Amino acid sequence: MSRLDDCFAALDAANKKALIPFVTAGDPNADFTLTCMHEMVQAGANIIELGVPFSDPMSDGPVIQKASERALAAGMSLKGVIALVKQFRKTDQKTPLILMGYLNPIEFMGYERFAEKASQAGVDGVLTVDIPPEESADLIAAYEKHALAPIFLLSPTSNETRIKKIAAVAKGYIYYVSLKGVTGAGHLELGDVEQKVRQIKQHTALPIAVGFGVKNSDIAANIAKISDAVVVGSALINCITDHAGNEQHGREAIDDLLVGMRTAMDAVPRD
Amino acid sequence: MATSNNKRAQATVHGYNLPDEAGHFGPYGGLFVAETLMESIEELNEAYVKFMQDPEFLAELDADLQDYVGRPSPIYHAQRLSKEIGGAQVYLKREDLNHTGAHKINNTVGQALLAKRMGKTRIIAETGAGQHGVATATVAARLGLECVVYMGAEDIQRQSPNVYRMRLLGATVVPVVSGSQTLKDALSEALRDWVTNIDNTYYIIGTVAGPHPYPAMVRDFQTIIGREGREQMLNKTGALPNALVACVGGGSNAIGLFHPFIEDDGVKIYGVEAAGLGVETGKHSAPLCAGKPGVLHGNRTYLMADEDGAIIETHSISAGLDYPAVGPEHSWLKDIGRAQYVNITDDEALAAFHQLTRVEGIIPALESSHAVAYATKLAKTMDKEETILVCLSGRGDKDIFTIAKIEGIEL
Ligand SMILES: Cc1ncc(COP(=O)(O)O)c(C=O)c1O
Repeated sequence: MSRLDDCFAALDAANKKALIPFVTAGDPNADFTLTCMHEMVQAGANIIELGVPFSDPMSDGPVIQKASERALAAGMSLKGVIALVKQFRKTDQKTPLILMGYLNPIEFMGYERFAEKASQAGVDGVLTVDIPPEESADLIAAYEKHALAPIFLLSPTSNETRIKKIAAVAKGYIYYVSLKGVTGAGHLELGDVEQKVRQIKQHTALPIAVGFGVKNSDIAANIAKISDAVVVGSALINCITDHAGNEQHGREAIDDLLVGMRTAMDAVPRD
Repeated sequence: MATSNNKRAQATVHGYNLPDEAGHFGPYGGLFVAETLMESIEELNEAYVKFMQDPEFLAELDADLQDYVGRPSPIYHAQRLSKEIGGAQVYLKREDLNHTGAHKINNTVGQALLAKRMGKTRIIAETGAGQHGVATATVAARLGLECVVYMGAEDIQRQSPNVYRMRLLGATVVPVVSGSQTLKDALSEALRDWVTNIDNTYYIIGTVAGPHPYPAMVRDFQTIIGREGREQMLNKTGALPNALVACVGGGSNAIGLFHPFIEDDGVKIYGVEAAGLGVETGKHSAPLCAGKPGVLHGNRTYLMADEDGAIIETHSISAGLDYPAVGPEHSWLKDIGRAQYVNITDDEALAAFHQLTRVEGIIPALESSHAVAYATKLAKTMDKEETILVCLSGRGDKDIFTIAKIEGIEL
């Protein structure tokens, strides 16, 4: 069993939903991210999505764009993210780690080389925003060889055909983007999300994570009711920028937000 | 630096029929976007396939190109320039005479008609030099559609006449302050707008970049340049030109000229990239000459990035060539050897700008000046009986402030 499958099985047994924080690796520096990752696990995170900073993050709103710019300015790169994962794994062999980013850095490293290095370092899955399944055959083959889960997005506009297409190749979990727009954008409609998650579940046994627009504990708890996992990103990065200049306060703000979400999610009655 | 291999043979190509159904030109092109955009792109692709075979749509397009854009644009034998160079005869395809002053309008007229057919009420665009922004704002005004143009904050500075023109036309110009604040960032920002407003919004990309079907569709709207030029050369000179020359930013005027000649074995094809301060200095915009393949803005193509795959900043005196990637079809034509990609520095382009202005009374856009500069180099290596057809993609009115500034003149 993979770390990801173990994680979801254990949560299931405990009647809990996964809390998945997203932070951009290297924002504002690599040491911060490493400490933050361990603290987020303490605060109740089950899986961590690490953003690989890219110069042209086309699907991200201003918050994650700025985070990427800060991380790149601090010298972070795909190689650097893999090194960070290796560091993290020295003391945590259990928490699944997902890399999330754009294709070009992986193209430049080479699919096979990337898959091998990422897997050796302890990465469990990779979500590449700008590669749909139609273009993914070679990448998926490389992931398969190195036991990495290809994680895919589905969106409010994904029709039945696309849901099937993605369900056929995805592993680990499916990431449902809760609204039309970029990361950190506006307002998510719970009713619509619930309906779509139900539709997706007719085509896959994989857990469904919901993200984009999860800003506070209330939304996290409501999303937990209708999905298997809650992803929170921009709200955490705001904690870093709100406390720019004081890294410890930034991390504490992240921990507080996650503890609040964890508590609210666990308080949701189960059937 | 490129003149040394002018005489290099170029490959012959027959039965050229690209892209394939999924938008691939060999390994290039394709559809590399987030799932959040897939539905809009599928919708666009269906409309594009449908209307490009619809006689009524094509008739309306033809009428607009004739009565609104002012087509056909003439070809002009630049006799004094040819004489001054002392080599091949240079002919200019006068896209500078189009309404709004550049080839960009060929594409915006077509895509705006498509947007209207698709029932979209809001148009967005990215722009670098502002030519595509102006061309988009123009057709939006004419069709009564809301128009938002994304433009890098730096480009807004250096192309202020076009910014004012867009505002006069009723468009909202949004400064883009992310990244390098130039064309690539404007394109990213337009994609973000599109994904947020997909229900009512049509995105008119200004060049043969972006995800499929844009590279094919924009090309199809721009091949009017080459189709006319081919016939005009036959009428005027009794033969096809020996060589074609066009500047390459994203590559739309170039592919528009080149495409109808791809299977004409005797016609050599030269795409001219911006060498900026010189390719060897790293301060340039020449991905085909000095980049490597990667994925940006929805397609696989040659691009400029550091070893970790981060896109690097480009430089060119001309805002319209200041883009780190290039249309995927050019990447393919380069790899198969059908076209040759060369480069021209800022200084060479400036010299050509002045030469054409003085000798022929035609003020070219700085972008087009790159093509003129290479054509003069190439002409010198050819016989007097031979001909070169150059795409004069736009006029230089928008650039006079840039030129004056370089020469220390305050306007
Ligand atoms: C006059 C002119 N020529 C050329 C270009 C470059 O674009 P493309 O390579 O798509 O023709 C531009 C872009 O703004 C332009 O304004």
